[in-house]
Amino acid sequence: MEIVYVYTKKRSEFGRQCNFADRPAELHVDILPDESLLQNFVEKNPVDRGIQCVQEMSEHEVNTERFETDTRGINHVEGGWPKDVNPQEVEQVLRFRKKVEKDEMYITTIQQLGSVMEHCIRQNNAIDIYQDYFADLEIEETEETPSAKTINVFRDPNEIKRTATHLSWYPDGAKKLAVAYSNLEFQRSPADISLDSYIWDIENPNKPEFTLKPVSPLVCLEYNPKDVHVLIGGCYNGQVAFWDTRKGSQAVEMSPVEHSHHDPVYKTIWLQSKTGTECFSASTDGQVLWWDIRKLGEPTEKLYMDPTKKGKVENAQGVLALEYEPTIPTKFMVGTEQGTIISCNRKAKTPAEKIVAVYKEHIGPVYSLQRNPFFPKNFLTVGDWTARVSFTSFVAKFGSFFSYHMSYMTDGCWSPVRPSVFFTTKMDGTLDVWDYLFKQNDPTLSLQVCDEALHSLRVQDQGRLIATGSHTGTTTLLELSDSLCTMQRNEKVLVTAMFDRETKREKILESRQRELRLKRAGQSAQGDQDDEEGGSANDEDPVARAEEDFFAMINADRKKREQQKAKQVAEDESNSEKKDENGGEKQDEEKDETIQEE
Amino acid sequence: MVTGWEKVMGPIDLSKKSNLLSNEVEESLKRIQQMKGVIGIIVINAEGIPVKTTLDNSTTVQYAGLIHSLTAKSRSTVRDLDPQNDLTFLRIRSKKHEIMVAPEKEFLLIVVQNPSDGS
Repeated sequence: MEIVYVYTKKRSEFGRQCNFADRPAELHVDILPDESLLQNFVEKNPVDRGIQCVQEMSEHEVNTERFETDTRGINHVEGGWPKDVNPQEVEQVLRFRKKVEKDEMYITTIQQLGSVMEHCIRQNNAIDIYQDYFADLEIEETEETPSAKTINVFRDPNEIKRTATHLSWYPDGAKKLAVAYSNLEFQRSPADISLDSYIWDIENPNKPEFTLKPVSPLVCLEYNPKDVHVLIGGCYNGQVAFWDTRKGSQAVEMSPVEHSHHDPVYKTIWLQSKTGTECFSASTDGQVLWWDIRKLGEPTEKLYMDPTKKGKVENAQGVLALEYEPTIPTKFMVGTEQGTIISCNRKAKTPAEKIVAVYKEHIGPVYSLQRNPFFPKNFLTVGDWTARVSFTSFVAKFGSFFSYHMSYMTDGCWSPVRPSVFFTTKMDGTLDVWDYLFKQNDPTLSLQVCDEALHSLRVQDQGRLIATGSHTGTTTLLELSDSLCTMQRNEKVLVTAMFDRETKREKILESRQRELRLKRAGQSAQGDQDDEEGGSANDEDPVARAEEDFFAMINADRKKREQQKAKQVAEDESNSEKKDENGGEKQDEEKDETIQEE
Repeated sequence: MVTGWEKVMGPIDLSKKSNLLSNEVEESLKRIQQMKGVIGIIVINAEGIPVKTTLDNSTTVQYAGLIHSLTAKSRSTVRDLDPQNDLTFLRIRSKKHEIMVAPEKEFLLIVVQNPSDGS
């Protein structure tokens, strides 16, 4: 059906019809040039005028979805044989070769090429064009600002992201990185979460090179330094398992549940041994267990981390950090959830003797503990808001450089090439590089690696590459600038001097304190004779005394601030008046000194 | 091609001549093999088939396959850059040794040498 609607309009409504016609040009107006106006004319020279002769462009950026690529290759080697020759048949091949060798073309070519080749060989033997003439020349130190750049980012390929809890570098060159993935939030893991952990080729962030399939997610994972195919892993359920990458993704052997830890295994370390099969593990259940991977049925040794040295499970403190130095094979140290560092000797006879010393170091859990690779008596502890460098011979009291931060620190480690450099990670996603010869209060370099909390950190043995794992399983690989991974001139000497100085200071402070204590003891002894009751009452009420001390401290602090404020005001005034400036400063200095004495 | 031999002895029987000359080839290859630092010699034909080798079979096959394609690629690169030009020699310096390739239309002569051994 066709719908037709007719609109009608009268001709008269369209207006008058156009009637075009030719006619000669006619003059409407004629304005003659006015000579007088010429006087007003001012020539403008030069004339400025903006001109745009290129096309206008605008810049836009867009982030595309990550494109997954896959590398595949085929190498074709044997081939090109004539149809009637089967390369598998030795006789046919020989005959073919004989035939070619008889060929005149072959003879002339080879003769000719031989002479060319000889020339080259002689040339190679005569001079080494790659000889380094200035091999023993010292490289000039370059004054560059420390920096770092991200090389690669490895994301957890699973849908439900897990934390990259522990990293381990391939021991033979920086080729691979083993990353343990697990969800550490207590009872928060979804049921269908993946259990796998991965080994990444550092050049290929698209796909993990190898998958480790444990029965419970791995909390820690460590390459065997003696055998690069073997890895030991500690599971969330407390079991310890080892993998051989030649034997597939499944664990070769696992420790039985009844002889394993009862809590997540937070750290495993390979021991220095002839066979290279021994290792030990630590967990928050307060146990340290020794294993031989040839028989994982039972731990070879067991130690409870009881700081009271009674070897009781009830008193044991949960271990989060473990430190072992292969050059001192009988000793090791642990960092506990209660913030103490326990130094242990494995070869002692009784369990009580095995725990050598206990140091209360942090307020919160100790997340990381590592000896300085150059000065094994000095170590780095990371916990709560601070990273501390402690220098101690095992009996001496801890002295530390500390620095408090706004956000929690999660991990830390020393640079393997520079004795004064260490790295720490924080909850706000920053990686800090510290050079305590340069600055103790602030990091030398602070990098915002990602927006979420960083959880783990590991430096490659050459000290140039750093891997750091985040809360949602993103492992970032960073490369440091030269200045951060080459030893500076005199660095070792300077560091030694610094440690010596600090130790001396610590000793002086300690002796001073002892003196004071003795004096006080003497006074209180006198006091006891005079007024026994008052003295004992004081001793009985430590809470009240602590409170008093606390308020005294607060008041002192407040006073100090007020003084500072006053000082500032005074300074401002003196500045504005510009009089008595020197005198005022002197007074201020005196004030400062009194404050310090307080 | 008139060789020195022919100049001295005059024209000779073809089959004999080829025999003698092939001996001469053997000699020159032997001479190369005995030079300082030389690890191995491989001769391959235009199809990449190893004709003569002093290395074991699997290494030879690998060298032949890889070097053949590399040489072809290098030659095409040189020619693409300038059609009048041609590849005359290919030296590959590596951490462990130097692979020298003398290419010709029909054959490739590959010599593997350890230069640090020689000097």
